Amino acid sequence: MSIEVSTPNARPHSTGVDRDAVLKQWLTLRADLPQAPDWVQGVRDRALPLLQEQALPTLRDEDWRFTDLAPLYQVAWQAASPTGLQIGDLPLRTGLEGALQLICVNGFYAPHLSTTDSNLTVQSLTTLEPSLQPYLGQQPQAGDVFASLNTYSLSDVLVLRVPPNQSLEQPIHCLFITVGDLPIMAHPRLLVVAESGSVATLIEDYVSLGTAPVFTNAVSELFVAANATLNHVRLQRQSLDTFHIGKTGVTQAQDSHYRAFNLSWGAQISRHEPEVILQGAQTDTQLDGLTLAVGTQLADTHSAIAFQQPRCTARQLHKCIIDDRARAVFNGKIFVPKVAQETNAGQLSRNLLLSPKARVDTKPQLEIVADNVKCAHGATVSQLDADEVFYLQSRGLDHDSACDLLVNAFATEVIDKVPVPELRPALRQAILAQLHS
Amino acid sequence: MIIENSPVILSVQNLTAAVEGIEIIKGLSLEIKAGEIHAIMGPNGSGKSTFSKVLAGHPDYTVTGGKVLYQGKNLLELEPEERAREGVFLAFQYPLEIPGVSNLDFLRVAYNAKRKHQELEEVDIFDFDDLVHERLEVVKMDPAFLERSVNEGFSGGEKKRNEILQMALLEPTLAILDETDSGLDIDALKIVANGVNQLMRPDNATLMITHYQRLLDYIVPDFIHVMQGGRILTTGGKELALELEAKGYDWLQEGELAEVTA
Repeated sequence: MSIEVSTPNARPHSTGVDRDAVLKQWLTLRADLPQAPDWVQGVRDRALPLLQEQALPTLRDEDWRFTDLAPLYQVAWQAASPTGLQIGDLPLRTGLEGALQLICVNGFYAPHLSTTDSNLTVQSLTTLEPSLQPYLGQQPQAGDVFASLNTYSLSDVLVLRVPPNQSLEQPIHCLFITVGDLPIMAHPRLLVVAESGSVATLIEDYVSLGTAPVFTNAVSELFVAANATLNHVRLQRQSLDTFHIGKTGVTQAQDSHYRAFNLSWGAQISRHEPEVILQGAQTDTQLDGLTLAVGTQLADTHSAIAFQQPRCTARQLHKCIIDDRARAVFNGKIFVPKVAQETNAGQLSRNLLLSPKARVDTKPQLEIVADNVKCAHGATVSQLDADEVFYLQSRGLDHDSACDLLVNAFATEVIDKVPVPELRPALRQAILAQLHS
Repeated sequence: MIIENSPVILSVQNLTAAVEGIEIIKGLSLEIKAGEIHAIMGPNGSGKSTFSKVLAGHPDYTVTGGKVLYQGKNLLELEPEERAREGVFLAFQYPLEIPGVSNLDFLRVAYNAKRKHQELEEVDIFDFDDLVHERLEVVKMDPAFLERSVNEGFSGGEKKRNEILQMALLEPTLAILDETDSGLDIDALKIVANGVNQLMRPDNATLMITHYQRLLDYIVPDFIHVMQGGRILTTGGKELALELEAKGYDWLQEGELAEVTA
């Protein structure tokens, strides 16, 4: 057994690609960005030292040891630019007609495609009010190499502010489209400030159109103020020639509620890092997820929940369904320091392998220092039970329908937690459709 | 009931079957006609449950010889679901729990799979709801069980009632009850037996597999077959059960020995 250590000075080139050169080349793409106000330039430039300290990850980095990004480094990416996408070009409907729909194309907010509401303040980089500017880039987790790259390359940002004590009835559907005829790298950015006592439901939805491969490097920063409730559904359904890396940084203030459902079924290689910091006491967090990986997809979820105050509750259920030769990774960190007494945390990772070549690497990772807490975790890996399939067949269901029913049953436990009930039937259908594709 | 000249539903001829290369069924022959109730009794390990699984088409069991004709057709070449749609029903000894699938949805999907096979129109949620509530009466089941996941957290008795409820909906031509009495208290046994009796018609047949004579007090068989070592040793009327109860299965083992040495 060997222990591998990675340091910034010894950068192995296991991929045969010079990653320093790759990162340098990516940084030059910023030259193509439109001019921005000084404060934006300041935000961008603060990311540079972080980028200079870090390297693009390889399998030798502990946090990336199952996720090989070599194919990402081999593409000659170009900077994304806003395109003249028209409303008729949008083929994607989710059953959310009537929802507020805010659309970003290649990371640029497209007001002409969006529908908004007077109860919600929607802004973008050029119109951002000074009081909200300090929020940008402030999530403590936003310092890793891909998030820093997003900040350094900041071209636009979709900003939502839910005013204090405002309850928004309709979900806010934020659709991030990446589209191009050439391989482009886009850095979508979302900033949500849910002010105290507000209630809102956010659907963050990533899709890709067009003919060329795309690399979507998304960062979302969500601030949930005291006593606010934010429901959050994140859908990653990009096409199968896409690379997707996403960071969701959430901070919760006292007595706030954050309920998230992260669905990942698109992209050839994807990585999502939902990270929640519980800065206030008595918060409530639900961080659920479903990963669907087929063909030769690789789908990685690295989550973290950091308790920093007493009497907080967090529940996490993450499921993976893996077919063919696909691979899924789940790593769930939970930190409970000394101060976080009376924490109540539960994490469960459940995985279903549908083919002998499918693979999952799952790792619950709890660091508990406080001594008066309730923390449970577990991980299971299973296949469809042949006896259950036979039982259903003996009642007249054919083999494939029996398997579908069982897969659907496996997904249902987590789909039933999706904080937007009207999305659930479409999600169930889409999962089976993906497995049959 | 024994009906003269009624059609043969199941004809098993010199069947042999193995699991994981070990032969369990060693030359079994049996004929069941419409209207009849048959019981197979025998000690543990005699091959009774294996026989029921072979008839239902469980993939772990390999037929190595012999024939099984169901309504004149070769049953063994049908997939398990085709057998079910053609009217073969196995009530499981240990019904499986399927978390995440509502009992009501499961029953409807199963019912419609059969309707489709019969080229009948599938029933919608509302019509099915009416039908299933009517059939709940057969086993006196609480409608609350419809909303729960299939068998999940059900007691042994509730699981067996749920099996008979499925049978009441699917109206099989050949019902195979594998140890349906095991694990039931007397009240549950009466309810289950009463359900089975209600479903008997002159054009269908029932094959009960049981270790105990008790079930036969409530579902009275026309024929009893005693199974031992993968074969049927002897066949008799319902009075055979009493003899077995009095003498135990050892008596038959001695008989078998005598038969072989004679």
